[in-house]
Amino acid sequence: MRGSDAATPAMDGTRRGLPSGIAGVWTTALATLAVLAMLAALLWIVAVNAFGWFWPARVTELNLADGSTRIGIVVAREERPVENGEERAVKHRIQLKTGNRELTGADFSWVDESEIASRSTPGDLVRVVRTEYGDAFGRITAAVAADGHSLDATSEAEIGEFLEQGDQWRRERKRLEKEREHLRRPLSELEERLDMAERSARAETPDGLARRAELEAAVERTANQLSQQLDALQVEIDDLGRLTREARLVLSSGAEAIEMPLGNVLEVRWPNRPGFARRAAQAVREGVLFLFTEPREANTEGGIFPALFGTVLLVLLMSVAVVPLGVVTAVYMTEYARPGILLRLANQAVNNLAGVPSIVFGMFGLAFFVYEVGGAVDTAFFADRLPTPTFGTGGLLWASLTLAIMTVPVVVVATREGLMAVPQSWRDGSLALGATRWQTLKRIILPASMPGILTGLILAVSRAAGEVAPLMLTGAVKLAPSLPVDGVPPFLHLQRKFMHLGFHIYDVSMQSPNVEAAKPMAFATTLVLLALVVLLNLTAIIVRRRLRRAYRGQVV
Amino acid sequence: METPQERIDSNSNGSGTGTTVSVVPSNSRAEEYATSDNALETRGLHLWYGEAHALKGVDLGMPARRITALIGPSGCGKSTYLRCFNRMNDMIEGVRVEGRVTVEGIDIFSPDIDLESLRKRVGMVFQKSNPFPMSIRENVSYGPRMTGVHGRGRLDDLVEKSLRQADLWEEVRDRLDNSALDLSGGQQQRLCIARALANEPDILLLDEPASALDPISTAKIEETLLQLKQNYTIVIVTHNLQQAARIADLTAFLMLGELVEVDDTTTMFTNPKQNITEEYITGRFG
Repeated sequence: MRGSDAATPAMDGTRRGLPSGIAGVWTTALATLAVLAMLAALLWIVAVNAFGWFWPARVTELNLADGSTRIGIVVAREERPVENGEERAVKHRIQLKTGNRELTGADFSWVDESEIASRSTPGDLVRVVRTEYGDAFGRITAAVAADGHSLDATSEAEIGEFLEQGDQWRRERKRLEKEREHLRRPLSELEERLDMAERSARAETPDGLARRAELEAAVERTANQLSQQLDALQVEIDDLGRLTREARLVLSSGAEAIEMPLGNVLEVRWPNRPGFARRAAQAVREGVLFLFTEPREANTEGGIFPALFGTVLLVLLMSVAVVPLGVVTAVYMTEYARPGILLRLANQAVNNLAGVPSIVFGMFGLAFFVYEVGGAVDTAFFADRLPTPTFGTGGLLWASLTLAIMTVPVVVVATREGLMAVPQSWRDGSLALGATRWQTLKRIILPASMPGILTGLILAVSRAAGEVAPLMLTGAVKLAPSLPVDGVPPFLHLQRKFMHLGFHIYDVSMQSPNVEAAKPMAFATTLVLLALVVLLNLTAIIVRRRLRRAYRGQVV
Repeated sequence: METPQERIDSNSNGSGTGTTVSVVPSNSRAEEYATSDNALETRGLHLWYGEAHALKGVDLGMPARRITALIGPSGCGKSTYLRCFNRMNDMIEGVRVEGRVTVEGIDIFSPDIDLESLRKRVGMVFQKSNPFPMSIRENVSYGPRMTGVHGRGRLDDLVEKSLRQADLWEEVRDRLDNSALDLSGGQQQRLCIARALANEPDILLLDEPASALDPISTAKIEETLLQLKQNYTIVIVTHNLQQAARIADLTAFLMLGELVEVDDTTTMFTNPKQNITEEYITGRFG
């Protein structure tokens, strides 16, 4: 029965029970249209909000009736009903992103349109991207170099050079700090061991005391050995710190002035200066920075790189785990298991597994992988670090395995369909030529069912990439101190917590200390997640199409 | 069915040796008949698909280096019978076999038989051509590669030899690395013959190999089979009685899982012993 001649569905039964005639056509067509419209709206909203954020917005200067000035980006305009005695009028007010949080404590303010005397977008207004207090808006009134001489505040080139200098100092400082960390590593390791010895159950025994004394001596010795080099490094670092504090930028916004050390200034933009190409380049730069820098200020500023990286790595690990598991299961169920009640039960179980809510898998991952397996791994291999868990807490490995368990049903189902679509005549042909069943499986059946396997992988990746609930229980965090991949052996740290785009969206839009400011970021992150899923799928679809071409459509 | 044992001389093709054919009616006792001449032989072969009794005690021997045709109406068990010789029925769920099947004197249902070597020795070509989704070269060399032949040179020699034997070499020699699925239907079937020959078998089983082909392709295949007869024992299941008459040395008529009659082809088609055979051959049923 399996194979090429799958029965075509009965034509008579398919249309029974549906409304007939024009009314039926219109109803169904409208329903289809509604679905398409909603899909389009979804994409539109995400894309408009995200791209609108990247595109450099003009900075507006508002002169108010009372003589004061507000500078910022207009982000919204809304109606405000006003009751004035008998009369009812509609007034408008606009929302301004004014930044300069250290002055007002807020990023946004509302202004009634009736109070505005004039508005303008002069070319010398700037937006300053900073490492703290969010953006600043205003005019540069002074730029002072570290040696005390002043720069031309209106020259973009000169300010650019100035910032370049600051950037260089920052990079140099980061390098030095890394060097310091590297230099200190033997000492840190000793300290860690000492710490463990002090916390161990045997700390107070004579044995333990001797060990502690020994380690304390070692720590002191090493510290002495390293102190000269460490002090020299520290001096260099402090010097750089002083430079980045002494060089500074002064901004005026209305009556107020803000002084910021160069070390805090990341970028200065002149969004009101004309030029489409310039703005486009700016937007692209903004997008690239968003993708490839780390978040700042509790995820309300900066980029999403760790989340993007975490998501891709998570999906890759999940795929590595789910494909073998799913394929082996499907092969057994299709090729070896005897048909009967047990196989039907297994089939049903697999199908039902696909419908289990993902949070249930999260609980399973937490209970089984994190507590049970992770706990056992810790006891067996990392006993000296206990009670601090290593694998016994949420981490990349457990999260990807949880997702693999969650998505294994779709891989099994798709692979089974792929296997069943392999013509029986190929199996017969191979066996009749003296090939064993294993050879037939390896050389004929599995290659021919690759499209099916890939379909399963595509579905699994689509589901896993956007899944958040199980990850919250198994290792996704708001802010991971380090990426799961780095230069320290063993390079891939599967026990580490990680950031994830889906969780990041939730965090930015719901848990952020500055929800209003972070809102566009949530949309941009959503767009990235969407693009990532599409990209992953597209890759698999292209591979699948190539494979299908090789089989000339003989296999579904 | 009281037909006595018969000895039929079929010296007509003049090949000289081994021309004596044992024709064994279904009710005779096995030990009475010499089996050494027969490449393939069944004794009291019963086969059940679950409850369905598909073969009901077939006793038949097929001589070496001859073409034996199996004819009979649809569902009479010809294909099932054929698939007993390389034990392809084993894979079907619920199949039960009783009786003795020998290939070159060896009982192939004995427990120490190696299924892969048996199938290497007994090649099979199916009704619907089934080239694998690989290149022509890989298709032909598949059997040898799976059964332990290595080395590019050795495999290439086998590929060329087999394709020449199947009369396909001239047509595909320049595109051995193209996909086999691009060949025409007739070419695909000859490729399948070449693929079976690449294992250097002694016996070739063909299950209606030309039923889906046009007359020209059919003629080519028949021509190929007549050539192969010099070195191979060939058994062919066919619905096409003219085909049986054209190429077979011996023809066996099966019906409802029983062997009705077997005789040399000329006799069978001119002077059948059983009425029912005559009715079938003359097209009154089937």
